[in-house]
Amino acid sequence: MRRLLAPIPIAVLCAVVALVALLAYGLASNEPDRTVDNAVSAGQRDPAPKIDLPKLRNAAQKSSLADYRGKVVVLNYWASWCPPCRDESPLLERWHRRLSRSDATVLGVDVQDVTGDARAFAAKYGLTYPMLHDGPGDTREDLGILGLPETFVIDRRGRIAAVARGPVDDEFMRERVAPLLKEPA
Amino acid sequence: MRRLATLAALAAALALPTAATAATCPQTTLGDIEDEVMCSVCGTPLGLAEESPQAQQERAYIERLIARCRSKDDIKRALVAQFGPAVLALPGDAGDDGGIEDKLVYIIPALALLLSAAAIALAATRWRAAKRRQPGAKPAAAADSSRVDLDMERYDL
Repeated sequence: MRRLLAPIPIAVLCAVVALVALLAYGLASNEPDRTVDNAVSAGQRDPAPKIDLPKLRNAAQKSSLADYRGKVVVLNYWASWCPPCRDESPLLERWHRRLSRSDATVLGVDVQDVTGDARAFAAKYGLTYPMLHDGPGDTREDLGILGLPETFVIDRRGRIAAVARGPVDDEFMRERVAPLLKEPA
Repeated sequence: MRRLATLAALAAALALPTAATAATCPQTTLGDIEDEVMCSVCGTPLGLAEESPQAQQERAYIERLIARCRSKDDIKRALVAQFGPAVLALPGDAGDDGGIEDKLVYIIPALALLLSAAAIALAATRWRAAKRRQPGAKPAAAADSSRVDLDMERYDL
């Protein structure tokens, strides 16, 4: 017992405990936040987080998700370097044209991307829907975003009604977005 | 003749800045910058992120800036403008006041070094003290040898 209370075993023990604590902290802090998904699965609609970012096409101007209150918003997180985003963007553009007739919109948020590349991407794929730019990706945390693309459907009252972790398809848009168009503001 | 000399002087004057630019361009290399910036999606230094598409885009962007003869500091500033201060890999490089993390990066290794030195010093002291106590062990050895002598006598060897 006296041997165990000697300074060297105690120092080694402290170092091991510190390492284990550091590892546990690292694992815990990398755990994705699934608050949004849990609320949507439970049929709840939590308020969308505050998103206030510069516009992609004109960085001098800012825009906010709150500016779209009263509209159904398909909030799509993407980046020009993300291959599934390339496949998804023509579908989003098609749906944006359809949705804009019903007071709804697709709103793109370009994250962790070089602005010039993102603008070139939007031009190449003929994307006309509004786009915001979040270079550091700060707004991802509130929505528990880990990968790209990810899409959040916001109802006319600014609440999250549906989530797609990965590319969306026509079925998702028909089943999760179209019914919201009939809801009052 | 004078006109020819004027033209030659003018050509030389025009050639001088070009030569100077060529000498200082490129001002840096991709390898030099890669270790000091992060792949912002992967959370690792850019030099370690081989496959990530975002890392490849970041590299291409850096190479474009190198080709435009931008300095290392200029390129780092441009990366911060695109991806935010978290793109800088070196502690305290973000230009902020230096959070506790930036200080801990230097304090923890220094503390570890000090603790290791103290542990080695302590172990050495204990070892020397144990060595000094060794003469006390001699009687035990003497007892052993006398027991061997007794045994040998008993067996009449």
